[in-house]
Amino acid sequence: MKKKRDERQDAVADFRDEYPKFTKEMKHTHKILVPDMLPVHFGIIVEILKKDGWDIELLHNDSRAVIDEGLKHVHNDTCYPALCVTGQFIDALKSGKYDVEHTAVMITQSGGGCRASNYIPLIRKALKAEFPHVPVVSLNFAGLEKDSGFPVDLVTLAKLAFAIFYGDTLASLYNQCKPYEEEEGASDRAREDCVRYILEAFDRKKYLRYRRITRYLLERFQKVEGKREGKVKVGIVGEIYVKYSPLGNNRLEEFLLSEGCEPVVPALMDFVMYCAVNNVNDAKLYNKKSAATPLFALVYRYLHRVQKKIIRLTEKYGFEPLHDFEHLRRCADKVINQGVKMGEGWLIPAEMAALAETGTDNIVCAQPFGCLPNHIAGKGTIRTLKEMYRYENIVAVDYDPSATKVNQENRIKLMLATARENYGRIKNQEK
Amino acid sequence: MAKLLGIDVGSTTVKAAVLSESLEILYTSYERHYARVKECVLHQLGVVREKFGGDFCISVTGSAGLGLAERSGLPFVQEVQAAFTAIRRYYPDADAAVELGGEDAKIIFITGGTEQRMNGSCAGGTGAFIDQMATLLDLSVGEMDELSLKAEKVYPIASRCGVFAKSDIQPLLNQGARKEDIAASIFQAVVDQTVSGLAQGRRIKGKVLFLGGPLYFLKGLRRAFRKTLALDGEHAVFPDNAPSFMAIGAALYAANVDAVPIGEAIFRIENAKGSDDVVTGDPLFKDRAEYEDFVSRHKKSDLAFADIRSYRGDAYLGIDSGSTTTKLILVTPDAKILYSHYQSNNGQPLDIVLERLREIYSLAEGRVRIAGAAVTGYGEDMMKAALKADFGIVETVAHFKAALWFDPQVDFIIDIGGQDIKCFKIKNGVIDSIMLNEACSSGCGSFIQTFAKAMGMEIDEFSKLGLFAKHPVELGSRCTVFMNSSVKQAQKEGASVEDISAGLSASIVKNAIYKVIRARTPDELGEHILVQGGTFLNDAVLRSFEIETGKQVVRPGIAGLMGAFGAALYAKENIRGESTVISEEELKGFTYTSKSHVCKGCTSHCSVNVIGFSDGRKFISGNKCEKGAGRKPHSDELDIYAYKYERIQKSVTGAAGRRGRVGIPLALVFYEQLPLWAGFFETCGFEVVLSERSSRELYFRGQHTVASDTVCYPAKLTHGHIESLLDKGVDFIFYPCESYNLDEHDSTNHYNCPVVAYYPELLKANNERLSEENFVMPYIDPNDRRTTVRALKKALKKYKLSAGLIKRGLKEGFARLEAYYRDVRDKGGEITAKAERLDLPAVILAGRPYHIDPEINHGIGKLLTSLHIAVLSEDSVFFKGKEVLVNVLNQWTYHARLYRAAEYAGEHDNVNLVQLVSFGCGIDAITTDEVRSILEKSGKLYTQIKIDEINNLGVVKIRLRSMLAAIEEQKRRRDEEKKR
Repeated sequence: MKKKRDERQDAVADFRDEYPKFTKEMKHTHKILVPDMLPVHFGIIVEILKKDGWDIELLHNDSRAVIDEGLKHVHNDTCYPALCVTGQFIDALKSGKYDVEHTAVMITQSGGGCRASNYIPLIRKALKAEFPHVPVVSLNFAGLEKDSGFPVDLVTLAKLAFAIFYGDTLASLYNQCKPYEEEEGASDRAREDCVRYILEAFDRKKYLRYRRITRYLLERFQKVEGKREGKVKVGIVGEIYVKYSPLGNNRLEEFLLSEGCEPVVPALMDFVMYCAVNNVNDAKLYNKKSAATPLFALVYRYLHRVQKKIIRLTEKYGFEPLHDFEHLRRCADKVINQGVKMGEGWLIPAEMAALAETGTDNIVCAQPFGCLPNHIAGKGTIRTLKEMYRYENIVAVDYDPSATKVNQENRIKLMLATARENYGRIKNQEK
Repeated sequence: MAKLLGIDVGSTTVKAAVLSESLEILYTSYERHYARVKECVLHQLGVVREKFGGDFCISVTGSAGLGLAERSGLPFVQEVQAAFTAIRRYYPDADAAVELGGEDAKIIFITGGTEQRMNGSCAGGTGAFIDQMATLLDLSVGEMDELSLKAEKVYPIASRCGVFAKSDIQPLLNQGARKEDIAASIFQAVVDQTVSGLAQGRRIKGKVLFLGGPLYFLKGLRRAFRKTLALDGEHAVFPDNAPSFMAIGAALYAANVDAVPIGEAIFRIENAKGSDDVVTGDPLFKDRAEYEDFVSRHKKSDLAFADIRSYRGDAYLGIDSGSTTTKLILVTPDAKILYSHYQSNNGQPLDIVLERLREIYSLAEGRVRIAGAAVTGYGEDMMKAALKADFGIVETVAHFKAALWFDPQVDFIIDIGGQDIKCFKIKNGVIDSIMLNEACSSGCGSFIQTFAKAMGMEIDEFSKLGLFAKHPVELGSRCTVFMNSSVKQAQKEGASVEDISAGLSASIVKNAIYKVIRARTPDELGEHILVQGGTFLNDAVLRSFEIETGKQVVRPGIAGLMGAFGAALYAKENIRGESTVISEEELKGFTYTSKSHVCKGCTSHCSVNVIGFSDGRKFISGNKCEKGAGRKPHSDELDIYAYKYERIQKSVTGAAGRRGRVGIPLALVFYEQLPLWAGFFETCGFEVVLSERSSRELYFRGQHTVASDTVCYPAKLTHGHIESLLDKGVDFIFYPCESYNLDEHDSTNHYNCPVVAYYPELLKANNERLSEENFVMPYIDPNDRRTTVRALKKALKKYKLSAGLIKRGLKEGFARLEAYYRDVRDKGGEITAKAERLDLPAVILAGRPYHIDPEINHGIGKLLTSLHIAVLSEDSVFFKGKEVLVNVLNQWTYHARLYRAAEYAGEHDNVNLVQLVSFGCGIDAITTDEVRSILEKSGKLYTQIKIDEINNLGVVKIRLRSMLAAIEEQKRRRDEEKKR
């Protein structure tokens, strides 16, 4: 195919605009801004990259101006995450805190069939008018944007993977303790200690010793006193950005905590493994093999082994573990085909089913307004799931620049009212 | 024990209920709060204190009650939960309940799995929607209800949001449809919305309770619900206390909370603080003096007047028959106003114009000669016919003419009217690009009007309040439904009416600049900006616009009459000889009649309106083609959309099959891959049964299984096709999931969009009639023969097909697909050649394969050919365009064709491109900008048409004609330059 294209070189019309590239040399000259997707995970990752010599900063700006900038610079019908991310970048660049001649912005890119893969060009277009020299860096593992990719070697890859594992465990333990803590702020202090410990481990190049690190996290959170019972558990699933980002979901986790619930948020590692598995699935379903396919299979097997060990440790310490990915896949098969791989695809119903099977029937399915894959994998599967699980109680919430918090919270409250009723009913049955 | 008190604070009303210790209802009340939530609640509590006094167990419910309860520390119960509590007590045998509120719609399923549902954030069909529609009809809600009971027929009206419904209703009004019928249609739309949008696959049956204000007060709505759900009197229950039902529920719920003295509750609400969640901006004017300056600056751009009572000589008449208003102006040759008129239509634009003309003639007493007359606007054709006007011109041209008169250097015109926003950029004295608001990003003039009415005020009074608001609220910039909820939130937080009024003005401006024009910075607009349209007569809007752009703009004093003025100027410039306009004599005896019928000429079933004039002439409207007008239909020869639609269905030979009957829904991906699968199945010994042709009825048949109300119309229609096949009794339905489409080797990847790729999953999960047995949906990548054979073998294992047979089937299928491609390309070539020979312009109607469905494109192809334009499609030309490199990730097969088609259009003088976009298509948010940029780089105009279930070609026609006029003008200029 490549050759064919060369032959027809003269028959190609180039409509591309010039845009600033991101080069390796910029490591020494540029500051890289990162959007606030997952505060805990990204917090750890940013610190790690800093230690590798990158000048990198996690953005925390979340005023209304962020959304307004997004609205101004991104097409009306583009999904909300693109709008939030772009808005956050522009708002930051406008703040005067950064030397815009020596600043770059970074965003992840999956390369799937969802329009989210187009965030990079959208951000470039948005920056063009006011910040023509700010390059957009792509963090991807699919070989996209070769002229502006973030250089990822194997060591960095390993670091990222383990940072995600630790971030997942940390976030999960925090949510399991926070609603029940006897002493206000005890869970927050535990989290701070843990982050410090994790970063030290990275410092001393001991980050691969995941058993030891996980054990530390578990022990530290065991010290948070409180009786872990009597609250309604609410799972959060959905599109990756609005699922995790407080900016995207109007601080959903905080809201659930304030309503006296225990938020249960499935792991980011699941999404990473989902991407790896899709590559393997494609090879199986359509014979779409590439040189990377065996590599993906290998990576998946390794990650899954680590995941299982972490799960076993978590159980030993009496905490609710995160999902085993193979279990998620089995759950998916009950609802939808694993061929549904665009966006978060089959992972969403898989997580909803797995949550139901592990005692969390109440679920907020968060999605950007008009999210295409979510029509099918989110809203489309709710009926099936409700038939499968007696107490399954799902509310699909759309996030959008103009959808008001009142509206969203009112719907979530409706779900919670049902949740509390079911909770009483289930408790009665247990008696 | 204390008495129980429930307070339900909704988006428009406050309801209270007092129950005795023994749960007997002692008192209920229902009051509109006009956004003064706190005052209204306090008033009600005051009444309760007067009447009963003492301690109460209190709980609050309702969408606007949430914040109030939070800040006053009173217990809150979610409203659906409150309703549920009351239902269980009073109607333990109910099976389901439907509740419509001001801005919410809810369904509670009680038996067969309890479930509670609420409308999503984008769903009209509620009380606010009904209010909005009543305003549009210029009726009170009560009057509309009365009328609806006398309806004879029901028109299809989109109810998803007010904006859509308006575009359906306006043409009906303009065509003179009976208000009785429209009123009933509006209620039917609400019912359809509830049944499809909320029930989503679950049928509402058994004993059904109907709750909430609208369902209590509106008999027509009740009737529509009963009829649609087929409920008899016994099964449709309308409780007497329906409006305050939720308040009663809240009171019941309050039995679980501690009692407080009512005085304390009142004290707590009085002292509840407003939160600081609401963002506010700066006042519009610093002080009175600044306002005076502003007013006097704008006074300068006014036309002079001449007195019609004394003037003698020629005059030119311009009429702008708009969608919501009719504008008329009579000017002297040096553009002095002799007479002008601006009036809301109230459904009868022709009557208004006739009456005004009579007045003009009588004032003029024969001294004034109407030397030329031109008509523009939605009602142009009908007016022109009725008045025998000399010219009918496109609105855009009229507006440009008028703008030039005020500022010859004008380079940007923005017109915000009652329900549309139009913007034109002017380059080198020619309209360079036209932007109209999409159906979704409205929020124009009539929005403020509806809002003012909801607040119990006239629009002038309401918008003046905003001029000196101290803290205008930020309300965001999107469509009406969203703005309503933003306002709701602001009200909840205690914003004043003044602040809201100013906030709405700013919203409208932001909506126009950032959503319609999509400017990144205000500088992009231009240097010489002219604003017009009735909405800009509102000083608050004008000021907001100047603040937002940071520029001083020109607003002519006749901002609302610019279309009419432009038409008059056009008539003056172009009239040759005597004007044909209706004379005083003719006018005297002039009357007309209006009748409508459904045209049976083709499957479109247009609702045709015939206006008969007293002089025997006739005017026919509502028809999409000549057939409806009783003329010989033009041929489809130049319309590839018509050709493709017929051609693709011919790829099924109709041979009987010994193995069984396979059903194929003619929807989404099959609009291209039908030849492949028809060939495959017929070779393998199956009879291929196609679903029936798309229609609105078919859509309604599948509506109850639609799971996501914001998915695109082509996808929603698929549900109807599935029902159709099930009813035809096929052995199974075949519908593969395809992540990847066929690789055409011109893009980075060749995906399908997520909806096209996986829609079978959604269909199967949400239609209880589908099973593993009768719905076969293998995962297939048609590019890989080996895995395709394997997947098909497995999926059809019941029929024990051999691998060899499957391979043969696929071979035949691909051969038929190739033949189809070839025919489409040949036809494209033929049309191009013919257009060249006849010197007709050609338009590439660029969309997706499934846009050939006439129910999806609403006959745009026919409309174009009736304007003497040849119609091509993206897939009939893209292969002639060069491969393109674009800014965005080019990774979808169908979308890659768009870029190449645009490239092709850029290289051919006689070819233009119009992009068809389905509402809700997320991927087109990316392609549209890119296609536009490709076209603009080659100096072409970009035109986009958004299509949905609404069936209103009026807007489309204006858009297309504006495009043609602009192209014509550009061409004329180029030719002139060449000559020089």
